[in-house]
Amino acid sequence: MSQYVLRRLMIAIPSLLGISVVLFVVLALAPGDPFSELATNPNVPPEVQAALRAKFGLDDPIYLRYLHWLNAMLHGDWGFSFVSRMDVDTLILQRLPATLYVIGSAQLLALMIAIPVGVYAATRPYSLFDQIANTLAFVGFSLPTFFTGILFILIFSVTLDWLPFVYTTEIKATGIRWVLEMIRQAIMPVAVLGLFQAASMTRFVRSAMLDVIRLDYVTTARAKGLGQAKVIVKHVMRNAMIPVVTLIALQMPAVFGGAIVTEQIFRIPGIGSLLISSILSNDTPVVMAVTFVFACLVVLFNLIADVLYGWLDPRISLR
Amino acid sequence: MLDKELRSMIGQVKDGRMDRRAFIKHMAAVGLTAPLANQVLALGGVAMAQGTSPYKPTKRGGGGALKLLWWQGPTLLNPHFATGTKDQDGSRLFYEPLACWDPDGNMKLVLASEIPSTQNGLLAADGKSVTWKLKPGVKWHDGKPFSADDVVFTWQYIKDPATAAVTIASYRDLTVEKIDDLTVKITFPKPTPFWADAFVGAPNTILPKHLFADYTGSKSREAPTNLSPVGTGPYKFVEFKPGDLIRGVINPDYHMVNRPYFDTIEMKGGGDAVSAARAVIQTGEYDFGWNIQVEDDVLLRLEKGGKGKTVYAVGGDTEFIALNFTDPNVEVDGERSSMKTKHPLFSDPVVRKALSLLVDRESVKKAIYGRAGRTTANFLNGPEKFVSKNTNWEFNIEKAAKMLDDAGWKPGADGIREKDGKKLKILYQTSINGPRQKTQAIVKQACQKAGIEVELKSVVASVFFSSDVANPDTYPKFYADIEMFQIPLSQPDPSQHMRRYLSTSVATKENKWQGTNFPRWVNKDYDDAINAADMEMDPVKRAAHYIKANDLMWQDTVFIPVMHRLKVEAAANNLRPVISGWANETDNLFDWYREE
Repeated sequence: MSQYVLRRLMIAIPSLLGISVVLFVVLALAPGDPFSELATNPNVPPEVQAALRAKFGLDDPIYLRYLHWLNAMLHGDWGFSFVSRMDVDTLILQRLPATLYVIGSAQLLALMIAIPVGVYAATRPYSLFDQIANTLAFVGFSLPTFFTGILFILIFSVTLDWLPFVYTTEIKATGIRWVLEMIRQAIMPVAVLGLFQAASMTRFVRSAMLDVIRLDYVTTARAKGLGQAKVIVKHVMRNAMIPVVTLIALQMPAVFGGAIVTEQIFRIPGIGSLLISSILSNDTPVVMAVTFVFACLVVLFNLIADVLYGWLDPRISLR
Repeated sequence: MLDKELRSMIGQVKDGRMDRRAFIKHMAAVGLTAPLANQVLALGGVAMAQGTSPYKPTKRGGGGALKLLWWQGPTLLNPHFATGTKDQDGSRLFYEPLACWDPDGNMKLVLASEIPSTQNGLLAADGKSVTWKLKPGVKWHDGKPFSADDVVFTWQYIKDPATAAVTIASYRDLTVEKIDDLTVKITFPKPTPFWADAFVGAPNTILPKHLFADYTGSKSREAPTNLSPVGTGPYKFVEFKPGDLIRGVINPDYHMVNRPYFDTIEMKGGGDAVSAARAVIQTGEYDFGWNIQVEDDVLLRLEKGGKGKTVYAVGGDTEFIALNFTDPNVEVDGERSSMKTKHPLFSDPVVRKALSLLVDRESVKKAIYGRAGRTTANFLNGPEKFVSKNTNWEFNIEKAAKMLDDAGWKPGADGIREKDGKKLKILYQTSINGPRQKTQAIVKQACQKAGIEVELKSVVASVFFSSDVANPDTYPKFYADIEMFQIPLSQPDPSQHMRRYLSTSVATKENKWQGTNFPRWVNKDYDDAINAADMEMDPVKRAAHYIKANDLMWQDTVFIPVMHRLKVEAAANNLRPVISGWANETDNLFDWYREE
């Protein structure tokens, strides 16, 4: 098992290097520069723009800039944002709590809906429950979050005036009231995102269950006289969870990466909104750091998924 | 009014033979407004009127929280590194200049105690120096006294090229010296009619020497105070999260009586203009929303039964269409739109005039800008004393068609006009932005009716407004026949704005397209007028130079002004914000309060 993990780790390093090169080159070739706004300001002489470019090393050749970046990164220096002149790691750490809280809750909500509904629907295929669950799932993932988000705002904030639609990290309350306020302002974004995720995941759990439920060993288990619940939980679910774990593992980086659209709609100060504003202002160091962290997380969670496979089905790690 | 008469009246006020009020009355009688009269007086050497304050509260604090929504949140809090007004707005919550501008363009004192004028001897008659008296007893938020040393230091900090301050242009040519602890003298290398640039307004706030002295030049990025400002302003810094949140609390030692009104302040960033308008106007979650660039019918709908309203401020921002005087489709020595070429269609002035007749300002106003726009024929739309009355605009398709007919531009088989084998086909570019694309469509339709084919192009704003030398789609490169956008006029003086179009400033490959004259229009009379205005201390003559410059642009159809744009903000019904078209939104924050 440990050898298997080690082997997978060795493969991860060159792929991360490859990803970083690609990201860097793409960002370097992208049009626009971080000081473009200064170009229309009559008070800013062109020399200042040139001085800033030189100061931040934007005029060096791409390969030199990449080597600088890689060297700094290996020393734990993430660079600093051109736009806010603040260290990138501080910036990301500031944004992380809101993202983890909102997107993480949404992911949990999705799992809590998808697994029971998917499993129950699969045990009674084409029953009334299954049909309703399927229809809702289809509706759910055909509606994009920017649509449901605005719909929710119109219903719950504007018409009913129940929930705030601007998420703020600054809540003027303490103790239990603070907790309640935190929950209140997260209801809409979590629901919007969670329901969207739940819809596709439900379909996925259901089909994975159906694949397994018809296998001979399940019939054998039933023939031995095991109860329905025990068969489903112990025999079917454990094997059906392998593809589901893959899906969840691949979605985990999204929890850290934030949901760009939802964060934008509800003004959640998360990683997603940091990424979009950095892209718009051509703040390369931040974009580079966020996307690279994202890439690391994808690689890491793939690794975790592989290890989990081994646990769910020991045959996999032996190969 | 006759030039001579006006000047003799200014003289009378100066000598005390006529009082200020009588002068303003006289001006009003001939159709000039009070703020304009004040400005004429001000730059005529009579003490500038102190802007009147609408502030009512009779004690400091007690106003609760003020919640501001900036859909582009500030990303840094050093005004001299600011990219865009959002950063100046955030810094201005804490830092202060010597003076700022009120809604009418009058000077309002902040850290200075007296408005310089030739009368009180603080402004030199030759326009080569100005002395500022500082308010006594002002303290930085950490308790250290504010003094002339801080002003002198701020100048040294900015003018060091290694600091790469974006405000350097206002400071590098002048000298600032300390006379005593509460007096500084600024010396200019040449007569400077607009002496109120350095240390005035939100971009020009003063930094504390004791906290920045170790972080000048190449070390400027490392200053911890870049992220946690210690200023003299009405609110003290508490917390900053770039792009997301700024928090402050009341400064109990603030130097203005009974101010500020609010106990805490919060500036939230992120999102978009429409939802910001909704959060202020419709649901009332926030007190104030910045820069609400939303179509007027949406705002009118939100205002119905809402908890807030829109607030407007008149400045000098003009949305314009610029015409290319060079040929964008021919390459000379590896350069398109080269000065060695002439535009094949626009070299005929009739075509330029006809195009101007095809821009329906009234429809653009009705369909897009609503209350936030005024139709105009001028490129220079403010302050009022610089606005030409000699121009007019007209929308007339038939007249345009007739002019083109008479000049020999006849419709071809496809309905498009042509002359000497050249077809009237033009490429019209602008940045991606709802109102701009709608305006493009309105102009294109009228052109089609007159037999001109227009191809529309829209470029993403971050590329269009960049100085990226490698990109062909930036506005200074101007690889199109016409292009539309606006350049904000950020001060109540047109000098910097109008210098952009000098023939020495043409954007070319040689200067890496850093030149500011992107229409590539060359006119000696314009150059003379601008250069003369730069040195002219007589306010009436100076205004005449700028009016002449504007009229020259109008006669040559260099720009087709589309709309004089107003600043649009959203505010809670009971909030009394003070917004000036000549200042940043937070510049007059000390005067904001809430009607109980």
